[in-house]
Amino acid sequence: MTNHWRDIKNADLILINGANPAEAHPVGFQWFMRAKLDRGAKIIHADPRFTRTSAVADMYLRIRTGSDVAYFGGLINHVLQNNLFHDTYVRNYTNASFLVKDGYTFNDGLFSGYNAAARTYNISSWSYDTDSATGFAKRDMTLQDPRSVFQLMKAHYSRYTPDMVSSITGIPVADFNKVADLVGQMGKPDKVMTIVYAVGLTHHTTGGQLIRSGAVLQLLLGNMGRPGGGMNAERGHANIQGNTDHAISWEILPGYLKIPAPGQKTIADYVAQSAPKKSDKNSWNFFGLNYGKFMVSTLKAWYGAAATKDNEFAFNFVPKPASNASWMTIYDQALKGKMEGVMLSGMTAASIGPDSNQVRDALGNLKWLVVMDALPTTSSEFWHAPGVDASQVKTEVFMLPATHWIEKEGSFVNSGRWSQWKDQVLPPQGQARHDHWILADLFQRVKALYKSQGGKFPDPIMSVTFDYKDPRKPDLDEIAKEINGKDLSTGKQLTTFANLKDDGTTTTGDWIYTGSYPDTGNLMKRRQGIQDPKTNDPTGMGFYPGWSWSWPLNRRVMYNRASADLDGKPWDPARPGITWNGTTWVGDVPDYPATMNPHDPAAWLPFIMNGEGVGRLFSNGMVDGPFPEHYEPIESPVANPLHPANSASPVAFLYDQAAGRLNRFGTPTEFPYIATSYRLTEHEHYVTQHVPHLVQLQPRPFVEIPYELASTKGIKSGDHVRVSSKRGKVEVLALVTKRLGPMTVAGQKVYQIGIPIHWGYIGLAADSDPSKGRYWLANALTPFVGDANARTPEFKAFLVNLEKM
Amino acid sequence: MSLPTVSRREFLKVGAAGAGAIVGTGLGFDIALAESTTIKQNLRIAGAKELHSICPYCAVGCSLVAYTRQNSDGTTQLLQIEGDPDSPVNEGRLCPKGATAMQLAISPRRVESPQYRAPGASGWKSVSWDFVLDKIAQNIKASRDATFVTTDGNGNTVNRCEGIAFAGGAAFSSEEGYFATKLMRGLGLVHLEQQARV
Repeated sequence: MTNHWRDIKNADLILINGANPAEAHPVGFQWFMRAKLDRGAKIIHADPRFTRTSAVADMYLRIRTGSDVAYFGGLINHVLQNNLFHDTYVRNYTNASFLVKDGYTFNDGLFSGYNAAARTYNISSWSYDTDSATGFAKRDMTLQDPRSVFQLMKAHYSRYTPDMVSSITGIPVADFNKVADLVGQMGKPDKVMTIVYAVGLTHHTTGGQLIRSGAVLQLLLGNMGRPGGGMNAERGHANIQGNTDHAISWEILPGYLKIPAPGQKTIADYVAQSAPKKSDKNSWNFFGLNYGKFMVSTLKAWYGAAATKDNEFAFNFVPKPASNASWMTIYDQALKGKMEGVMLSGMTAASIGPDSNQVRDALGNLKWLVVMDALPTTSSEFWHAPGVDASQVKTEVFMLPATHWIEKEGSFVNSGRWSQWKDQVLPPQGQARHDHWILADLFQRVKALYKSQGGKFPDPIMSVTFDYKDPRKPDLDEIAKEINGKDLSTGKQLTTFANLKDDGTTTTGDWIYTGSYPDTGNLMKRRQGIQDPKTNDPTGMGFYPGWSWSWPLNRRVMYNRASADLDGKPWDPARPGITWNGTTWVGDVPDYPATMNPHDPAAWLPFIMNGEGVGRLFSNGMVDGPFPEHYEPIESPVANPLHPANSASPVAFLYDQAAGRLNRFGTPTEFPYIATSYRLTEHEHYVTQHVPHLVQLQPRPFVEIPYELASTKGIKSGDHVRVSSKRGKVEVLALVTKRLGPMTVAGQKVYQIGIPIHWGYIGLAADSDPSKGRYWLANALTPFVGDANARTPEFKAFLVNLEKM
Repeated sequence: MSLPTVSRREFLKVGAAGAGAIVGTGLGFDIALAESTTIKQNLRIAGAKELHSICPYCAVGCSLVAYTRQNSDGTTQLLQIEGDPDSPVNEGRLCPKGATAMQLAISPRRVESPQYRAPGASGWKSVSWDFVLDKIAQNIKASRDATFVTTDGNGNTVNRCEGIAFAGGAAFSSEEGYFATKLMRGLGLVHLEQQARV
């Protein structure tokens, strides 16, 4: 989230797409209701199903899954055509005025630079027209130049008329126009809208652009950086935020630094190819300027004395991937016989999929599999799953009992970036050990093997820092201090990442957490909450700066310089983010130099983290287009009404095809219905299948079928049904509802089916089932295909058939 | 008739103090009277240790209060988990998952000791920690050495291990996650993943 849970109460209008917070994040949803009840905010919910969120929304729109770019694109078009954008903000705080190079084009669904054979774009033409003397982008503050981002954008979205939006999304034109009217009012300075989303937007081959389309709309309305505004992702796991920040992710190092690429030999090479570049004279480019300092300080934290100026701070210790190495790639490599061992902790590949049957084959193709978990998972037990002959599975499997969250201390970071410390409440049950103790012990044993036997490039293994009282049992408190970082010359904990250096005299484990644990103590433990709102929430905006600690620097709303106008006054005095009081910025922790006078001609532009200094309506940061464009899901019952010749994303990654395996995509003739997966309140991924009360509340797996479709097939609630895709099937009960229904898309009548993802062959429900939940894995149906940018699987839109059993 | 108001927090405070909290006055509670009343109630959490946790499920980040007691046999008993009324995030509220967190915290379904399943075997074998850790360490070294690339086809130093993957993290404390990243990158892993994408 750019903002945070409690901040949603500050909104005037709440758009919810690809999410069902009343069901999936019910306690966070109280802040949506506070906005509605206390300020009269309107809630608009666009979702394939009418859900608990829809039930309290002011408008519900039945939208076809995966078509939200068309919805946001239509809203962008409405705002541009009717001059409803926030004029001052768009001119000064976005790149609307930047001029784009002549080579950039968009025709019939393809941006310039497309290579059909490689299914990739050469993005060199998606860049600014620069001044040869300064290298900075040329700008036209009148926004009239036909090569300005503003005019190119206006032309791009002119195709997204209400009729076109309706044809793609299935939303009736009249309903769409009502929403457009409400959204169009949010460009006024004293109004603010928030967009809230979850994996209903990310889990598509266009996932990155689905989110970008919302962000672009928010920039046009001047809603980024403001309390009550922003783009807010509701995350699904207790600490997925913290562990994304800390880079358990192939493409990044802690704090969203890029993983180095082959060919980079020095820190300077790395920074030159990775860091944002200044493209306007008033852009501070803070991230770009400090990129090398953050990297060197992390290398010092990781490799200690072995990281020296002479060896480029051990830059060659950091692995440099040849290509994508994300979730699906792991199993793709296993299918190819190139992956020998997989370690899973709190994450079950067999259920997650996509294409669970193929993932099971992949697990069976490993030499060894380690599962670290408190409870059995479908992955720890895949080798004797129902229907599997264990004697044929040659994988060596280890199940290591790990401690639960409540048996260890440490921080959990919520969707709003609040890092909240928890106590160890209980001692470990049985022989369970902490994950980090297991990993520390394993690492020490591996190290001992390299010491005694030698082996490939042992240098990093020998050098990784273990400055803990007990190297096999580090305290999480010790690690929290390491993450914060220190000044090696004074030994003091650092208080801000602004003090990090690139000369090897400072350390940080993750620069965005510098300041979380100064010498005064662990700020993540702070508890100044609603016991005393007057003292603890001095601005009255719900920031609660003394409750836990929020990255970066305890800032509660990111990009908050944009919450104030050119003079430093809040766009809406009733809802200030930060305010210039004549000498300093007050309010939230400013995302800006604390004493920079906004009237100074040299004052920095508001978005200090990117090279432009302003929000990007047009971006070359994506590999599938500088403007979001609607593409059909890989499996769709219709051709793209915008450009049928280029219907689906031309750069979505087709794993099977790329590996020389057959693509297994279904056609609408064989698989006529759209399916989408979802979650229930009682479920968190898969672990809740072990919790008796929750299993009692949701005892049996089911699929949700629209009443009209069920009627034509003679299916009633409680009947057994088979739902099949090109890849697999589920056999579960039918739940027939009017929450789903027929839609007209591209002139055709289509149906959507809803499938909760929770059940499988492990858990209390499976234990009591005669088939042991053999055909309960929802992800047996989902396609093995990824978004071009993030390689996120297309879990939320695929084709199935439905039969009564 | 004006009713005295009582916030959930005040109510819990009085309750948690163990003092007789509630005297009915029609529809409301008379706090002044409650606080001055000395009727002792034998609350389940009386005398318990109060600790703070965070809900283990979604990422709203609801604060929890957990109450434990040391039994005479030295074991720790978890008495109660409830929403933390001080939190600006949840203000004491919990959903069905958070409200049943005790059943995740203490479960007869837990894996109690390390388990090993040899290739092709039909069942698990309970083994020692030393057994599994030694075997996995040997596997890691063998797979790392077999799949380690020091220099790629273009002559670039890349120092990567291609044949081992690590995935997980959404259930880790952040500090564990950071530590896992540091160690796995230290081994040269490029296949590193958690739930952000899936």
